[in-house]
Amino acid sequence: MKRVPAPAEQQPGSFAFTAENLEVAKGHIAKYPPRRQASAVMPLLDLAQRQHDNWLPRAAMDAIAEILEMPRIRVYEVATFYTMYNLAPVGQHFIQVCTTTPCWLRGSDDVISACKSKLGVALGETTADGKFTVIEVECLGACVNAPMMQINDNYYEDLTAESTIAVLEALAKGETPKVGPQSGRHTSEPAGGPTTLREFMGDG
Amino acid sequence: MLSDQDRIFTNLYGFQDWGLEAARKRGDWDNTKAILDKGPEGIIDEIKASGLRGRGGAGFPTGLKWSFMPKESDGKPTYLVVNADEGEPGTCKDREMMRHDPHKLIEGCLIAGFAMRASAAYIYIRGEFFVEANNLEAAVQEAYDAGLIGPNACGSGYSYDVFVHRGAGAYICGEETALIESLEGKKGQPRLKPPFPAGVGVWGRPTTVNNVESIAVTPTIMRRGADWFAGFGRDNNNGTKVFCISGHVEKPCNVEEEMSIPLRELIEKHAGGVRGGWDNLLAIIPGGSSVRMLPKSICDDVLMDFDALSAEKSGLGTAAVIVMDKSTDLIRAITRLSQFYAHESCGQCTPCREGTGWMWRIMERLATGEADVAEIDMLLEVSTQIEGHTICALGDAAAWPIQGLMRHFRPMVEERIMDRKNKQPAAA
Repeated sequence: MKRVPAPAEQQPGSFAFTAENLEVAKGHIAKYPPRRQASAVMPLLDLAQRQHDNWLPRAAMDAIAEILEMPRIRVYEVATFYTMYNLAPVGQHFIQVCTTTPCWLRGSDDVISACKSKLGVALGETTADGKFTVIEVECLGACVNAPMMQINDNYYEDLTAESTIAVLEALAKGETPKVGPQSGRHTSEPAGGPTTLREFMGDG
Repeated sequence: MLSDQDRIFTNLYGFQDWGLEAARKRGDWDNTKAILDKGPEGIIDEIKASGLRGRGGAGFPTGLKWSFMPKESDGKPTYLVVNADEGEPGTCKDREMMRHDPHKLIEGCLIAGFAMRASAAYIYIRGEFFVEANNLEAAVQEAYDAGLIGPNACGSGYSYDVFVHRGAGAYICGEETALIESLEGKKGQPRLKPPFPAGVGVWGRPTTVNNVESIAVTPTIMRRGADWFAGFGRDNNNGTKVFCISGHVEKPCNVEEEMSIPLRELIEKHAGGVRGGWDNLLAIIPGGSSVRMLPKSICDDVLMDFDALSAEKSGLGTAAVIVMDKSTDLIRAITRLSQFYAHESCGQCTPCREGTGWMWRIMERLATGEADVAEIDMLLEVSTQIEGHTICALGDAAAWPIQGLMRHFRPMVEERIMDRKNKQPAAA
């Protein structure tokens, strides 16, 4: 997907962290050695994005540049290099479908089709009500639970067209669908029960 | 088969709690001070003797790597950086260790950091692993609260911090120097080596970058001894290993097994076998997307270790086994990987920035059959111009899957081109 910053008319004039987030930001900065505060640029961009409806306006990048005493261009470079920073508004439920080979082998095409037909949008588009955006992404590191998609912070795994639609319908109704494998297995053990570690299935 | 008593990651699937109390019951943090009492040299010698080779893909001997760090302090900090930017297609093992067994990693950070005389560890976890990062951060806090890390860690008199740093979506940050750049708050673009990180790493200070699994197995090796760990796998390929088995198997899964286990046994014992039976197998990528694929004839008896797979011009890589049965459009499967590398190229070196996109476009032509047969040789020639001509190994990683396809399945690629030509009406 082409990552294009939101046009000027969508960009807010200013951005400021909430008092609470400013404290969180200070906590991030404290993780790094003195005078190395630029290292906190990634956690601060993430924090700003979370505060600002899951996208990063330029004003937020400028505010972060000021906090970290960095040239603005260095913050823009980071914000545009890493794909998790959304440079333009996205839907309330930001759907990222993995289509890299391990997911593709297990039917990620079906997940993509289900998302497109259920929501009536093409890849990269947002539904008219602003609730859903669907994009295609590269490997999300859940390959033995393929195919899978990430919606905001959560992974939905072992998907079929049907379970994809069920997750989307639950979200549309304002429900919170079960996170993780949609197939009934616990995590990444073989379906039907592990071949190893059976004695470690209890409370420990 | 490896017995459960010899498995390190006993909560790999998260059937038990990940917190400190449950971790202690599983044996973590059990008299860690006694391990630290062996001293840096004692720990490094034990890890060297265990035969542990890096679990992130390259397989460099871990103890030897630690020994490159300065032995005499200049009074300034040095660092252990844990590479948890797991993004190699097919690979999903570090994720399980971090969300289900985070204390193994944190205890490993202390022991490894102590052995290399580091002042702190930074765990660089890929940004998409949000739940995993939360568990890890909570586990770090538990460890601080219990006095296991921090000032006077485990009562050893040694002061040691552990921090979690979240990435933000860039495969290239799994390359150690790109990861260091990213940790400094920059674009993740690899650095030229030398200087190597052990001389000049993060913030200009000596740094060692290790994979999650390499660090997380350390406490168990120290407790059970080098001989125990070295007792698994063939010489030079020792230990246990978490394998990720994805693609066309009946039951995709992660599983910890002995190194050098036959590939077929691994798949049939734990993943329910190839979909439709072993004879339905077409090819396997045995170590994550960056290594060359193997046709069934080699998969029949190849062993899963560094040396056996490199002898077949492939590699153990991250031990992520991607299985493809006879229904697979292999050319399309590799084209998708070419798209991945084109997307993830950081844009720094021209051969990779331009070459990965070019190779992807040619692969698309081969996948549809619209290419000319001569383009196969041109593609292979260009792939060798990219391989070895870039700062980091992403250029190589983009070239190898294509080379693997052509090495074993070139007739299939040619056939597709001929089929399409034969179906076209002759030019008037």
